[in-house]
Amino acid sequence: MKTTKLKKQVLLKGGMILDPINEFLKKGDVLIENGTIKSTGKVTPSKSVDIIDCSGLIVTHGFCDIHVHFREPGREDKETLDSGSMAALAGGFTRVCVMPNTEPPLDSPESIRYTIDRAEECPIHIHPIGAITKGQDGKELTEMGVMLSEGAVAFSDDGLPVTDSGMMRNALEYATMFDVPVINHAEDLCLKKDGVMHEGKVSTHLGLPASPSITESNMVHRDLALTELTGGRLHVPHVSSAKSTDHIRQMKKSNKNITAEVTPHHLFFTDEDLTSYNTNLKVAPPIRTRTDQEALIHGVKDGTFDCIATDHAPHTVEEKEGTFDLAPFGMIGLESCLGAVNRVLVKENKIDLTRLVQMLTVNPRRIMGFETDLLAEGSPAELVIFDPNKKWTFHKNDIRSRSQNSPYLGEELIGRPLITIVKGHITSLELD
Amino acid sequence: MLQQKHLLGLAGYPGEDIQTIIDTAFTFREVLDRPIKKVPSLQGKTIVNLFFENSTRTRISFELAQKRLSADTVNFSASTSSLKKGETFKDTAQNIEAMKIDAVVMRHPTPGAPLHLTDHIDSIVINAGDGTHEHPTQAILDMTSLHEKFGYLKGLKVGIIGDIAHSRVALSNIHGLKTMGAEVTLCGPSTLIPPFAEELGVSVNYNVDEVIEWADALNVLRIQRERMGGGLLPSVREYRNLFGITTDRLSMHKKEIVIMHPGPMNRGVEIDSSVADSDQAIILDQVLNGVASRMAILYLLLGGKQEEGDS
Repeated sequence: MKTTKLKKQVLLKGGMILDPINEFLKKGDVLIENGTIKSTGKVTPSKSVDIIDCSGLIVTHGFCDIHVHFREPGREDKETLDSGSMAALAGGFTRVCVMPNTEPPLDSPESIRYTIDRAEECPIHIHPIGAITKGQDGKELTEMGVMLSEGAVAFSDDGLPVTDSGMMRNALEYATMFDVPVINHAEDLCLKKDGVMHEGKVSTHLGLPASPSITESNMVHRDLALTELTGGRLHVPHVSSAKSTDHIRQMKKSNKNITAEVTPHHLFFTDEDLTSYNTNLKVAPPIRTRTDQEALIHGVKDGTFDCIATDHAPHTVEEKEGTFDLAPFGMIGLESCLGAVNRVLVKENKIDLTRLVQMLTVNPRRIMGFETDLLAEGSPAELVIFDPNKKWTFHKNDIRSRSQNSPYLGEELIGRPLITIVKGHITSLELD
Repeated sequence: MLQQKHLLGLAGYPGEDIQTIIDTAFTFREVLDRPIKKVPSLQGKTIVNLFFENSTRTRISFELAQKRLSADTVNFSASTSSLKKGETFKDTAQNIEAMKIDAVVMRHPTPGAPLHLTDHIDSIVINAGDGTHEHPTQAILDMTSLHEKFGYLKGLKVGIIGDIAHSRVALSNIHGLKTMGAEVTLCGPSTLIPPFAEELGVSVNYNVDEVIEWADALNVLRIQRERMGGGLLPSVREYRNLFGITTDRLSMHKKEIVIMHPGPMNRGVEIDSSVADSDQAIILDQVLNGVASRMAILYLLLGGKQEEGDS
């Protein structure tokens, strides 16, 4: 992977421009001048222009992942804002939102400011999500107003649910003043107990403690009802079950303030993949059954899910090579994202590529209130160029994260980002 | 001799190999009846008994089986807390492997740990119980005992009574018995029957009297005291009333039924002393068959003494 400063004039020549806002896909050039979009379509460049041949490739908005864990501050051995940025660039992501479950958590205006300052130095755009409650312990609301003015974009205690329904109500109600999303990691801990996977036929075979899908869907249902009650904005993260998908679909019919995301891994894997006790597949909420997987894909088709988010959650090799009960929950996902979702959704389930790109670009940006029209003239260049048909096998040396906890190792993926342009720089993935 | 290098569990384990183990166990039973109970079959082989969880009878049974076969044995008991404190499972495994051994017999509280061990070492791995997953050697000795008693397994009706959800003995017995063509009914409190139990190809019946009427043999599992009084089970009295294998209950059924128990027993809880000590109980035969079955498994997996460094 090589990053260089953008030349004064750069021409992305002969690619298929995919505009996820106006929903068109057509052949054309993109001229970038002084780091901003100069023109698109048929461009006649001056002779000093730096030409990048994009024939056969898709040119579109840089991907945006609104759910990642970059572990800084506190667990820089797992990931930093810098190493996470490299993982993002390798996956075609130009913008991410980092979850606040760091050590200490991002639960104060000062910690938000710290992240914003650190993010300045990083090669991608990084936005902090603030904690809902101080110390993420579910008892006291954080100073949401001041945190927002320091740069927070949403609120979540992700990793932990807001168990107390009254507290969740307060959070949604309080956040209505600012019109920002509240994101709750929905898992009923009383039902979850010591569960480490989805409760079903496979868990019975493996003898692992497990929790049923209502562990998630009951709390999703509660949050949806609280959103209706308070008029707040709810974003449901990493939906894993058919039941939760149904609840969200139902409530979205009458409430415009609800959005939802689905992860690549819940779309790609099923609990049957856990029969090897691969700790890299230990995630929360867990990978569920084929029926759930099909329901999630259906939820993508009918628009129940607004966006794809990776829940990129790095953990050390040491932690993940322990036994299944002791390994922490989470997997990395930025580098493998496009190849995984493009394979499952576009290639195997015939979902339109434009729809997929919308779920990786304009939709997540809308949820967070970011600038969306990235192909407009004068817009700072924030683009990705990818090959939608490239078949490749995911290897360790494709990982840019500091951690290696990926269950995609050895899996065949289809579609690969090749060039990412953001913050006045161009990064190319150098393939052998 | 056997198709698989390791013995990790009975899910998917070949039926003909189970039969081979049982047949071999019977030949070792004869050895155990001799005045000199030792054969040189595994002379020069080194076996490590790696116990991450307390065990008395399984460990002793394995150790005795190893000694009867003239293998060199080392016992390693590690508390899991020391693993939690820092030493990784991988380190422990690789350290032991580095000492040039032939096989590891492992008990571990985590399901899947023996499979995990095979990723890190080349030696033969025998699962002596992994959490709530499998306990294949127990199931094989149970089947050996049933075979000894009845002369066949195909079509045999076996009731497994008690805490099925937390029992590795139950899961291995289910897989083994199904493979060998026996019929299995699970019976216990609904909170202690695993979800999707029917997917394992067994029946579930909460009425122990109906199961007694139906079954040729009952495998009575230990009810752990710590399950009592929590959310799963109200009391010992309640359990005894509903599921206890008591003298009174058995006397109501005018039929012969064989009683098994993997031990250790909670006399007066899941089984009455008078039942455990009665002629219909084959509990002590199970113990003896445990040694013979484990001798058979070790002998078949470690290949006797005719070859070196094989698998």
